[in-house]
Amino acid sequence: MAETHSLQDMRQQAAITAKVFIQRDYSSGTMCQFQTKFPSELENRIDKQQFEETVRALNNMYAEAEKLGSQSYIEGCLACLTAYTVFLCMETHYEKVLKKIAKYIQEQNDKIYAPRGLLLTDPIERGLRVVSYNFVSIQTEQIEHFSVLFFLIRAHSR
Amino acid sequence: MKNCEYQQIDPQALPTPTPTPQPHHGNDTEKKKEPRRPRRKWEVFPGKNRFYCDGRIIVARQSGVLPLTLGLILVTSGLFFIFDCPFLVKHLTSCIPVIGGVLFVFVLITLLQTSFTDPGILPRATPDEAADIEKQIDNTGNTSYRPPPRTKEVLINQQVVKLKYCFTCKMFRPPRTSHCSLCDNCVERFDHHCPWVGNCVGKRNYRFFYTFIVSLSFLTAFIFGCVTTHLALRAQGGKGLVFALQESPGRYPLVICFFSVWSILGLSGFHTYLVASNLTTNEDIKGSWSGKSGEDVTNPYSHKNIFINCCSVLCAPMPPSLIDRRGFLPADESAQTGSADIELPTLAAKSEINVVGAAFALQKSPSPVETSLPAVAPTQHLSAACC
Repeated sequence: MAETHSLQDMRQQAAITAKVFIQRDYSSGTMCQFQTKFPSELENRIDKQQFEETVRALNNMYAEAEKLGSQSYIEGCLACLTAYTVFLCMETHYEKVLKKIAKYIQEQNDKIYAPRGLLLTDPIERGLRVVSYNFVSIQTEQIEHFSVLFFLIRAHSR
Repeated sequence: MKNCEYQQIDPQALPTPTPTPQPHHGNDTEKKKEPRRPRRKWEVFPGKNRFYCDGRIIVARQSGVLPLTLGLILVTSGLFFIFDCPFLVKHLTSCIPVIGGVLFVFVLITLLQTSFTDPGILPRATPDEAADIEKQIDNTGNTSYRPPPRTKEVLINQQVVKLKYCFTCKMFRPPRTSHCSLCDNCVERFDHHCPWVGNCVGKRNYRFFYTFIVSLSFLTAFIFGCVTTHLALRAQGGKGLVFALQESPGRYPLVICFFSVWSILGLSGFHTYLVASNLTTNEDIKGSWSGKSGEDVTNPYSHKNIFINCCSVLCAPMPPSLIDRRGFLPADESAQTGSADIELPTLAAKSEINVVGAAFALQKSPSPVETSLPAVAPTQHLSAACC
């Protein structure tokens, strides 16, 4: 029974520390920007500079997506003249940048975060509310504990 | 698709050992035999919305008076084209039905787009995020019995803005976001819930709504003008105005337009003012930035330039829909069984591979996995031994 209790505690611990959320930064209005403050839970995994670089790059890309420039004005006016039916056929500027962001996140995961046991999730999957870092290396420790428990139970049953 | 390459585990999916596995086991053998149809996210959407065309079209649950709006527009325009246009084409110019037709098509398309587009609904926070926010609120040191006031203050362009916590969606609402009680959703840049279009008006469909009311005011004014001209011409040529009114059914558009043109023109004017000052109806009604409380408050979202305000509201890049209605649900049991199989070969480095694989797969997925792997008996034995 003692093994089961420690297993549950560890699982609960894993549930609490398994994800780190970086919230939105609203200081410049409703634009999609994320906070660059380095969370303490990531201290052992990545260095501060790397983290800030990633979040700043994401912020820049979202700013580019929402930028009010001549291209967006032309797109908006053209859309208005056609009663916005072009949105049904054409991919909007924002969607193009979102694809770029998805590719960037995949690249960052492959090169930097996966080797350190982290997984960066695309904020669009969370409704652009948070950027989350998931811890993926916990499972190896859990498997060791599970296998030990399994052996113990089997040995006990025989 | 991206996550397949990584050995990510979801602690929430880990089941606790159940004391009575027998009934569970029975149910899941039956479920496993049925072919499981992959479900889309709109089928489990928590808000009060209805979906059509497999999630492509979204409307509020209460369609309000949208059928009435459509009916009025169709009937008025229909009567105009049938009874007034032939006379006016003969006596004036054939441009009239063309202009009328263009305006009518414009009004109809923008109305349908306003009604059927996602207004900017924010998806509800996942359990992990909600727990994280709760932890942060508790950490601010409030140990009293009463729940702490759930507001957060942020500084936007030197203006203090209070963000409220939404108990339904379990997150702090972004600025300018409001929870619509009719649709039970948090909507970004919430303007108002319009019963005439049967949907909320928010960030994503405000430009459709504005185009709709402006083109509708043009159409109403145009029909009003044309019908008046028609009746005036008839009265001149014939036996007087009263006889002209009685004779032609073209008088009905006149009546409808007369009563509606003032309110529609008023609404267009009001929304033009809102667009020029980058305000929402919600903020205007509440007086958030009008300084009623005596403080020096200004609208922090305004660009202080009418032209830039108009462009930012109407010509900004179209934001994407955040609710992903047509995406497939990830938490499918069959999907989890598949992923467990994928992960086994990567653990080959460990010597106890068979045991590890069985134990991990058993613990990772809910009960259906137990029925597919041979290690079913030890699981039940495990549960029994634990309890």
